Amino acid sequence: MKNDFIWMAGGPQGSGVDSSANIFARACCYGGLHVYGKREYSSNIKGLHSYFHIRVSPSEVGAIVNRVDLLCTFDAESVVRHIWEVSPGGGIICDTGIIETKISSILSLPFAFIEEWNKSLNERGLHPETVGDLLDEVKKNNVRIYPIPYLEMLKEIGKEIGEEQLSKLTRMINVLTLGASFGLANYDKEYVEKAINMIFGKKPKIISMNLLALNKAYDYARKNFADAGINLKTIRTDEQRIFLQGTQAVALGKLAGGCRMQTYYPITPAADESEYIEENQVFEITGSEKTGGILVVQTEDEIAAITMAIGAALTGARSATSTSGPGFSLMAEGLGWAGINEVPVVINYYQRGGPSTGLPTRHGQDDLRFAIHASHGEFPRIIVCSGDIEECFYDAARAFNYAERYQTPVIHLIDKALANSNKSYKMFNPTLVKIERGELLTEADVVGKNYRRFEFTESGISPRLPIGTPGAVFWNTGDEHNELGHITEESMMRTRMHEKRMRKLEIADREIQEKERVNFFGDEDAPMTIVSWGSPKGAILEAMEMLRKDGLRMNFVQVRIPHPLPRKYIERILGNSSKKIAVEGNYSGQLAGIIREETGILMDYFILKWNGRPMSADEVYEALLNIVQNRAQTRQVLNGGS
Amino acid sequence: MALKLSDYRTQVFNDWCPGCGNFGILTSLQMALVDLAVKPSRVVIISGIGCHGKTPHFVNAYGVHTLHGRALPFAIGIKLANPELEVIVHGGDGDGLGIGAGHFVNTGRRNLDMTYIIHDNGVYGLTKGQASPTLKLGVKTKAMPKPNINEGINPIALALAAGFTFIARSYCYDVGHLKETIKMAVKHKGMALVIVQQWCPTYNEINTKGWYNGEDRIDPVTGKPIPRLYKLEENGYDGVVRKPEDVLPKTVAALTKAFEWDDKIPIGVFYQNELVSTFQERISQRITTYPGTPPAKEIIADNMGEPVTSIKKMLDELKVTG
Repeated sequence: MKNDFIWMAGGPQGSGVDSSANIFARACCYGGLHVYGKREYSSNIKGLHSYFHIRVSPSEVGAIVNRVDLLCTFDAESVVRHIWEVSPGGGIICDTGIIETKISSILSLPFAFIEEWNKSLNERGLHPETVGDLLDEVKKNNVRIYPIPYLEMLKEIGKEIGEEQLSKLTRMINVLTLGASFGLANYDKEYVEKAINMIFGKKPKIISMNLLALNKAYDYARKNFADAGINLKTIRTDEQRIFLQGTQAVALGKLAGGCRMQTYYPITPAADESEYIEENQVFEITGSEKTGGILVVQTEDEIAAITMAIGAALTGARSATSTSGPGFSLMAEGLGWAGINEVPVVINYYQRGGPSTGLPTRHGQDDLRFAIHASHGEFPRIIVCSGDIEECFYDAARAFNYAERYQTPVIHLIDKALANSNKSYKMFNPTLVKIERGELLTEADVVGKNYRRFEFTESGISPRLPIGTPGAVFWNTGDEHNELGHITEESMMRTRMHEKRMRKLEIADREIQEKERVNFFGDEDAPMTIVSWGSPKGAILEAMEMLRKDGLRMNFVQVRIPHPLPRKYIERILGNSSKKIAVEGNYSGQLAGIIREETGILMDYFILKWNGRPMSADEVYEALLNIVQNRAQTRQVLNGGS
Repeated sequence: MALKLSDYRTQVFNDWCPGCGNFGILTSLQMALVDLAVKPSRVVIISGIGCHGKTPHFVNAYGVHTLHGRALPFAIGIKLANPELEVIVHGGDGDGLGIGAGHFVNTGRRNLDMTYIIHDNGVYGLTKGQASPTLKLGVKTKAMPKPNINEGINPIALALAAGFTFIARSYCYDVGHLKETIKMAVKHKGMALVIVQQWCPTYNEINTKGWYNGEDRIDPVTGKPIPRLYKLEENGYDGVVRKPEDVLPKTVAALTKAFEWDDKIPIGVFYQNELVSTFQERISQRITTYPGTPPAKEIIADNMGEPVTSIKKMLDELKVTG
């Protein structure tokens, strides 16, 4: 962790927090460094506070830590929000114009924040009136303050480029803080300029304005501030790396996996995926001169999204829809139809804090049980949970194989922390993606035969025929049906047909390889076992590494397919463990509950979090340490992240 | 060999109530398919939930009996993924204009090249006779405890507003007219709607065959009933848009006709406009390979299961080193 540098940009929404963070991250990536970035935003278009937390390291990083080494503030609120997160020896870049600002005049601070804020000030025995008072306080902790005259600098730039409209110039506050950051680090400017060119792409005027702002702030910082001691050194690397967010990884996986129809209704944080696919909807076909295409349809609601995707899947096209909790709630009935009709459809489900609208832009892992149980009646389904952005890619592709092999819906559970985090990775390997279509028939298989879509077979799977195949017809219905697909209420047929469907879950349980269902980390004989799923993976792995340095050994079972649960595997690992610890981003420990239900094994400890922020490595470390040192309650609730 | 009516029939026992208007719709559909000479395996009959929902099971073609109100989005998924198929959607009045009203409106906007037939009898038959969205205000059928407290929706006017490009009404007992209307709808390039007035012999004792025939109003001169239904085309009405400037006057004319009810109920084509681009045409502008290789026809892997979709360009754009 010592070699890491943690940077944060904060400002009102619409002020370019995202683009500055993207430029910062890319400039670091170009310099051979690894980056992990976490984006936090409000359900708001303009004005409310948002921030981007970026961790830079010489080696790969998979989680955030709750610390800031350099805080870039676009406004007074960002100083107030994040001031206590700045580490001793760290720094704050701020506008000279806010030093005199009264804290009580920052109207966008919510009541709940102010209450907590006043409490924390009382605890510290502080009574700051202005932002300047606050800054003076942290100086005592050896935090350095880097005031920059934003307004004057912008006016100077305006004069040079002949732009008098201040509203156009203030859009570059973000780049001023960037320039100052890199100036303080004495970082190679060439990489930053490259990143600016990349982010502002086809807008030459914007690029030149921003380059000017970058240089001004960079030079100002170099000239006016002493060595800030920032550890941001470029590293030579020949490795091919990419930098992307979770929604992009999912999109790439789906494309490689042969998805040809994507439906969606706009929802945060899932919509980014569909938009990215639509931007890239025409692609090359390997080994051919021809191009291929994926259809992206924005529907009138999520009911149409799932049913349209199912319709396309009936024709043989690999088909998916992408949504979040409220959308998936609407999809429940359609999901059941796909279940009873044995339709391979994939739902990429981005969890966020619920219930109801809940925390529309914030993280949550509350929907595992919902994904397993949504829709009335019983039918098999497969749930795949990715633990990091790279897994999002491979899982998104593989989900279609499961869907087609077992002719049933597959729910790919992702979460906001994965969707909106960015990370640098070694180039993905698309050749690892394989396509398995299960028992899929063509015209030649059925002509002249009396094809029965829901035939009882030895394998337990009824070979599937795309609707529209010449030489046959069949029927689908949401009612219970016979082998042809016609409605039946006969008791014997119901018993057999329902059993045929349900048994597919057993077949999947038997066939899907262990390595696709669980990841295991650490020593098998370690005395303690962590069990988790989804995005906490990164924080857990880093916390384990920190513990190992303390001489403490643990192992970690990351469940990638919680349904069907790899029961025997879990029984074997947990059977050997003296302390079993569940780590989950929800209140009730949903996976732990499922493990208890299916194996009878009870977890000894729970580390839980539901404040809308992803888990950080340091807070997981602290919580695990408490357990090791026998200081922990059964349930520890984390609350890190602002 | 020419296709016969029996080629479109299944062995499934038909359990609609004796005298149900659905029989006329089913027969007209099968006759239309014979005339259109489209092979059963190229036809997909899709339905929602309600008495009409069983229609696909009686037709020897690909049949998809979907969810209450959702027949249209299922159908859209099928049609978009394989536009070669002749997709004919059946819906009920409650199914299509109540629970499925959102899909009705948005289907109009898209203008896919398919056909939607609404079985309109004013009641929810399968749940035993509650008021459907097309039942008029104040009407009380026998199963209803109180008269209808809502105004009935006007499906023709709604379809005009939503953008359907073929809008017609027919009658379940005029099998010849209904068959020809279905054929026109299927041949129409764009989204076609056929509202079929039908009666429910079990639950709607108001809008009965006798009512449509006008048996409650006898002409004092001839001593014969004065029928309520009349054919638009026999009255000099022409709803076809042939040039862009026709759109507004023809829409207004169709809207005016849409509000005729009770004494005179028009059947026939209210409006038709083939100048509007279809959804398939719009997609083809974006994905030029779409007409030849729509989603259902695309090859996604080679014989060894290796994917053939190249994501290289996207990965290159994400590249930061190397």
